[in-house]
Amino acid sequence: MNFFAKYFPNAVTMKSDFIQATGETLYMTLFTAIVAGILGMAIGIGLIVTQPGGILENRAVYNILDKLVNLCRSIPFVILLAVIAPLTRLVVGTAIGTTAAIVPLVIGSAPFYARQIQNALAEVDHGVIEAAESVGSGPIAIIFRVYLKEGLADIIRSSVLTLISLIDLTAMAGAIGGGGLGNLAINVGYSRFESDVTILAMLIILVIVFAIQLIGDLLARRVDHTA
Amino acid sequence: MTNEAIIQLKDIDVTFHTKGQTVNAVKNVSLTVNRGDIYGVVGYSGAGKSTLVRVINRLQRPTAGTVSVNGQAILNLRPKELRAARTKIGMIFQHFNLMASRTIADNVDYPLKGGSLSRAERKEKVDHLLDLVGLTDKATDYPAQLSGGQKQRVAIARALANDPEILISDEATSALDPKTTSSILELLKRLNQELGLTVVLITHEMEAVKEICNKVAVMDEGAIIERGSLVDIFSQPKEPLTRDFINTATQIDQALVKIYKQADKLDLGDTQQLVQLQYVGDQTDSPLITELYKRYGVVSSILYGNVEILQDTPLGNLIVVMSGEPDKLAAAWDYCQEQGVRITHLKSTNSEVA
Repeated sequence: MNFFAKYFPNAVTMKSDFIQATGETLYMTLFTAIVAGILGMAIGIGLIVTQPGGILENRAVYNILDKLVNLCRSIPFVILLAVIAPLTRLVVGTAIGTTAAIVPLVIGSAPFYARQIQNALAEVDHGVIEAAESVGSGPIAIIFRVYLKEGLADIIRSSVLTLISLIDLTAMAGAIGGGGLGNLAINVGYSRFESDVTILAMLIILVIVFAIQLIGDLLARRVDHTA
Repeated sequence: MTNEAIIQLKDIDVTFHTKGQTVNAVKNVSLTVNRGDIYGVVGYSGAGKSTLVRVINRLQRPTAGTVSVNGQAILNLRPKELRAARTKIGMIFQHFNLMASRTIADNVDYPLKGGSLSRAERKEKVDHLLDLVGLTDKATDYPAQLSGGQKQRVAIARALANDPEILISDEATSALDPKTTSSILELLKRLNQELGLTVVLITHEMEAVKEICNKVAVMDEGAIIERGSLVDIFSQPKEPLTRDFINTATQIDQALVKIYKQADKLDLGDTQQLVQLQYVGDQTDSPLITELYKRYGVVSSILYGNVEILQDTPLGNLIVVMSGEPDKLAAAWDYCQEQGVRITHLKSTNSEVA
């Protein structure tokens, strides 16, 4: 603890703040991951099956999804936080706070995840889809038993990527009172020149990111039987 | 073999529109396959043969025409009915198209998922299918661990999971080495005989057709240019392309090239002629060469000989130099024709092979 007191003189007195901030970061990340995960997965699958040559080819639906994803992805997140405020107020009742931050986080990360899923599923060999069709599989069976099963390793890898970029986004949520480690690092550490707070917050984020990457890699390797 | 039609394609057109270009992949093709046939569709790549057979299970919807499989009008089926019909039309592919994330047993089990069988019944069926294709010991392996021939056997087992009456083979042996190709073709033949499976075999190799098919159609530029029983096509090909395919398969082409090279040295005079003799069935057994000498004093020296057994019918090819007086030679040729032996006069120059 001496070492801690020596190098992190301010942080050591803020134990409860760090615990709370870490909790907020994890809360925002997990909650957003679930909502944006489901949404992004659905849109990603929608893009794959309705694209030209897909199993439920539909130009209109594909174009709408495609444009929607591009639109959401082209808005910088810091601006999105402000632009989306009225919608946030509509959904959660307030535009400020940790839970309020989840709305822009979802809108910021779901389209990104949708593209990742689309890319992962595009890697599934078209011949395999055709083979499934030739034995009488319908669209639902092909989505769940072929696309998601065959693409699983790539889906895990894209999920890791999205999750890490999501943690990146939560750091910005401090701007609207979302709290979290990013907020602690900037509003406390940086503003008060207590740089040890900033560094500790960064280290905790690093540990979380490394843990996600490690678990993701292990899982992906387990389900990958291509070689 | 019965004469009941199991697949009837009528006036099929398939047209693709890509970037302002119109490609007529299949042009007004009709094809009837009878129950128990092993029907070969031969053509170079781009001839439209894959597109044509994919019309059978509606993986490709034709621009025009009608498709009847087992009496069902395939083009009028609703999605659910189509899926049910597809379970009775197995298909195997050039690149096997197995699922890398599933074990061999799981790949074979895939078509049975969501069906009416219980888990135990499915397991029994998968075991039986793996036994049928000789891969029982590979059940828990993944496709990446198997050789090409083994992968194709898994694909065949998968295609047979729902007890189809028809198996479509889309260039299934084109990615395999000759020995593995033979073993896969043998397996298809066995399935045809033991299960009464009707096979439609697409290939660019006449050798494959020669080994197992009883009927052949030759495709070129989206149309069937020639069709018939294997023996008829091999013994009396009409189109130049068909002849090309057959000569490659029987290796007469290679022999001719060598013979033509040699022809200068042979120094053939007026009394000598280079001819190709072709005979089918029983004539293979009669001592033709001896007869020609006895009757007409014509001496034949054999440069090349080959006998193919097609559907239990022997088909012989001889390339000989016949020597004799011109009138005797003419008489000898007439005699050959009377005996049902086809004679082709080959020029002793290189001009015919190009």
